[in-house]
Amino acid sequence: MIEALTSPWPWYIAGPLLGLFPAMLLLAGNRLLGVSRTLRHMCALAGAREFRTSAADWRAGGAWNLAFAVGILCGGFLAGTVFANPEPVAISDATRASLSALGIESFSGLVPADLFSWSSLLTWRGAAIILGGGFLIGFGAAWAGGCTSGHGLTGIADLQLPSLVALVGFFLGGFVGTYVLLPLLLA
Amino acid sequence: MGLLIYFVIGTLFGIGITKSEIVSWFRIQEMFRFQGIEMYALFATAMPVAIITVQIIKRRQLRTLDGVPVAIPAKQNGTRYISGGILFGIGWALTGACPGPLFALVGSGATALLATLAAALLGTWTYGRLRHVLPH
Repeated sequence: MIEALTSPWPWYIAGPLLGLFPAMLLLAGNRLLGVSRTLRHMCALAGAREFRTSAADWRAGGAWNLAFAVGILCGGFLAGTVFANPEPVAISDATRASLSALGIESFSGLVPADLFSWSSLLTWRGAAIILGGGFLIGFGAAWAGGCTSGHGLTGIADLQLPSLVALVGFFLGGFVGTYVLLPLLLA
Repeated sequence: MGLLIYFVIGTLFGIGITKSEIVSWFRIQEMFRFQGIEMYALFATAMPVAIITVQIIKRRQLRTLDGVPVAIPAKQNGTRYISGGILFGIGWALTGACPGPLFALVGSGATALLATLAAALLGTWTYGRLRHVLPH
C-alpha cells in the first residue's frame, strides 16, 4: 500500500494526466497554465514598477497564480517528502556514466546533493549553477513570454506557432547548457 | 472558494510533476543527452491529450464554471520566443528546473532551490528593467 503511494509514476500515467491541466484551468475560470507568470506577479508584489498592476488586475490575474504556485509547493511536499520515492530516479546507465564522468557522486533524491546544497552555494561553480541558472530561467522565461508550462503545454495545446518556436529555443539553450556550460563549470 | 480551486489544481499539478520525476535534474540531463525515452514519451502522451482537450473546449465553445465563454488570446509573432527561449533553456539545463518544478522542488525539501527561485525572480525583474531595449 505504502509502496503504491511512494513509487514514481511512469510516463504513460503521468503524461496523459499532465496533459489535462490546460483544459482544467480553462474550464475553472479561463486561466492559462503558466508558472513564469507567477514570477512576474511576485516581482509586482515586491514593488517592481515594471510589473505593477492595478488592484483590479491583481485580483483578476495575480492572486490565482500565487494560489496555484503555493499549491505546487504543497504538491511537491506531499509527493517529494511525505510520500517520497525512497529509490534514486531510475535514469539510464548511460546518463549515470555521463554524469559520473562530470564528477557527480550523489544519485539519490531528485537533485544531486553535490550541486544543490547550501554549502555548494558557497563555491563558485555551485553559485554559477544555482544562481546563474536561476537568473536565466527567470530572465529567459519573461523574455520568451512563458516557460515549459506556458508554451510547452498551454501554447502547444492551443496550436500556437510562437510556442513551438519557444520550445525549439528551450532545447537549443538546453544543449548549450548540457554540452558546453556544464562540462566547463564542472571541469 | 475562488482561489481554493486554483490551490487544489496547483497541488495536483505539483504532485504530478514530482511523482513523474520530471522535476529531477537527473531526468532532465537524461533528456538533453538523448539517453532515455522517459521524458519524450511523457511529452508525446501529454501533448496530444492537451491539444485534444483544449481543441474540444474551443470547438464546442464551452464555458467556464462561472458561465464565461473560454477565450485564449493569440500570441504575437516575434523574435522573443527564440532569444528568450534559448536563455531559458540554458537555465533549465544547468538547474534541471523550470518555474513550476522550482516550487515543487522547494516543497520536496530541496531548499537550496530557494536560492534558484530568488535568482529567477531577480532575472524576471531584470528583464522588466531591460524590456524596452530588448528586441521582441
